[in-house]
Amino acid sequence: MRSERYIPYVLILPSVLFLLLLFAWPLVEALLLSVRGSGGGWTLENFQRMAADLYFRDALKYTLLLTVVIVPLQVVMALGMALLLGSISKGRDLFLYVWTIPLGISDLAAGIVWLAIFTERGYLNSFLQGIGVIQQPQLWLSYETPMMIFVAVVAAEVWRATAIVFVILVAGLQLIPKEYSEAAEVFGATPWQRFRKVTLPLLMPSLQVALILRTILALEVFAVVVVLGGRNLPVLAGEAYFWYNTYQNPGVAAAYAVIILGISVVATLLYLRLLRSRQDGVA
Amino acid sequence: MKKSKWLWLGLLSTLLVLSGVLAQQTASLLFVSTQFTPIEEAQRMRQVILKDFQGRVEFIPEDNAPFTNRILSEVRAGRVNVGLAGGLHGDFPPLIAAGALDNVDDVLAQLRDRRFSQTFVNLGRMGTANQLYIPWMQATYIMVASRQALQYLPAGASVNTLTYSQLREWAASIQRATGRRMLGFPAGPRGLMHRFTQGYLYPSYTKSAVTRFRSDEAESMWLEFRSLWQHVNPQSTSYDFMQEPLLSGEVWIAWDHIARLRDALNQRPNDFVAFPAPIGPYGRGFMPVLAGLAIPKGSPNRAAAVAAIEYLTRPDVQIATLVQNGFFPVIQVRLPENLPQGIRMGADAIARQAQSNVALPSLLPVGLGARGGEYNKVFQDTFARIILRNEDVRRVLDSEAGNLRRIMNETRAPCWSPDPASSGPCPVN
Repeated sequence: MRSERYIPYVLILPSVLFLLLLFAWPLVEALLLSVRGSGGGWTLENFQRMAADLYFRDALKYTLLLTVVIVPLQVVMALGMALLLGSISKGRDLFLYVWTIPLGISDLAAGIVWLAIFTERGYLNSFLQGIGVIQQPQLWLSYETPMMIFVAVVAAEVWRATAIVFVILVAGLQLIPKEYSEAAEVFGATPWQRFRKVTLPLLMPSLQVALILRTILALEVFAVVVVLGGRNLPVLAGEAYFWYNTYQNPGVAAAYAVIILGISVVATLLYLRLLRSRQDGVA
Repeated sequence: MKKSKWLWLGLLSTLLVLSGVLAQQTASLLFVSTQFTPIEEAQRMRQVILKDFQGRVEFIPEDNAPFTNRILSEVRAGRVNVGLAGGLHGDFPPLIAAGALDNVDDVLAQLRDRRFSQTFVNLGRMGTANQLYIPWMQATYIMVASRQALQYLPAGASVNTLTYSQLREWAASIQRATGRRMLGFPAGPRGLMHRFTQGYLYPSYTKSAVTRFRSDEAESMWLEFRSLWQHVNPQSTSYDFMQEPLLSGEVWIAWDHIARLRDALNQRPNDFVAFPAPIGPYGRGFMPVLAGLAIPKGSPNRAAAVAAIEYLTRPDVQIATLVQNGFFPVIQVRLPENLPQGIRMGADAIARQAQSNVALPSLLPVGLGARGGEYNKVFQDTFARIILRNEDVRRVLDSEAGNLRRIMNETRAPCWSPDPASSGPCPVN
């Protein structure tokens, strides 16, 4: 009897140790790296150099802007797709599989796919030239048209990562018993009312998970942006990469990582507070 | 009885597998290199260039930072796995500063008959009395143009003696004729644009890269380059390897590392011409690139490393390196008649660039150690601010000169060619 009380702890111990070793420890090391100078003393020099850097403001601006544009777009699309899937009975699995195909594609590959579309001799220009809209290839992804690079990145990210939100929401929808909706229908609720008053509140925990996951991933966006925009559309994770790899300054790279971590934590706390589900409130 | 038989059999086979693994580990030489990181080049290194090497060698290409960190931490920990390190001249100073490289005077002595270029042997001493790396292969940056562009060359101009202002006129008349900006530079995230400003533009206009960084000559150079940039394809900021836009026809004239142009020259030698970099007021600034082979201190398999160096510097292997991966021999060797046409074109352009009377060679940065990346950043940022963001030239040069000065003072690196020798850290005037 007594030993059984310990069994759960023993069983989760390996995973806790694993996380401590491979997440918590590097996290602490990165934090230390960002506040240590070359001499070994405590310093804010890395953060000052980061803030003074040519690309810092743009990186911060574009990272936040991409998150603010991409995440709501994906959640709305995924929600629509999940609800549509719920009302299909025949061929439901086919739609499910097709919509989740992008989950299996690496973000770098996704970036290259979209680069092949938007580049000067790419599919988009060939198509437009073919139907006679343009005479000469247009430049879509140059430093002179940052807006277009932004749109291309949004398109690629929405195409690539809506599926993950979709999968979480489909799972959440399946957990909601049909009886609630049917009861509401009996009392004369319109479809919109049923969605607002029954489905959405019960879906809140899944939405919360999806939002947190997607926002954190959006703040780390990197490979797609580098492929499509190079340095023309700087983002925080990209700057961390450049400082570590190209400039070989791990201190400033760590400072960027800490900034990303800070924003992610704030966003997560905000979601947890703002989207508190009914059950949490009762408990 | 039966059970114990199986047990013995299991134990025996485990032992066999284990000893096999151990034997492989001891016999195999781990060769880590900052060169040939693209997957195709690495495969050609493994499957073609190293094919006839007697012994097992495991070739692992790494980026510059992991390369340095790996060797440094292995030497510090006293458990060295890397048997042989291949890198550019500029990759070695941080390893030498930490005392992580073995002296290879004995290896050079064994290779007396190789007829290495003396300049390269001297570079391999890294300013010390001992040989710290053996020259491995060389390359440089040249220009390639599509034959379609030649008809627009300014009157009286020849590609082999092109000046920077003729290059601008050339690109301008192509733009007038085609409506497109057909000059290209590798200014993408992994492109080598900073080598153009450090080794080509600055020396050609100021005969310096550091001391006269913010001089009046540099200011007028940037103004001229800004007017040339009006005819540059704006997708240049996403180009890493110029062979791709050349082959696709997005650009007609390009400057890049010879290894990053070779696909264009090899695939369609009849459509392209290769020629030296342009000439500026002080001559033709250009940057030879030297790669070397070094042995980490405490290498687990020094004899195999020496054998690999001996193998890689053989004349036929040097030619194979050229044919396969586009790096040129560092020994005196007659190029065979049956070389592919594209490689021959590159070799001719390199020879013209190095041997003309206006040649002004400049070295890759020396003595900056791990700060090499930040040194490049000064040039990258200067370029981005002046050319891409259109900031005031004088203001940018003054503020970036501060960053350059900080790097020079922190590393205490004396000037390297073409800047005049300095006693202390190279000054930024």
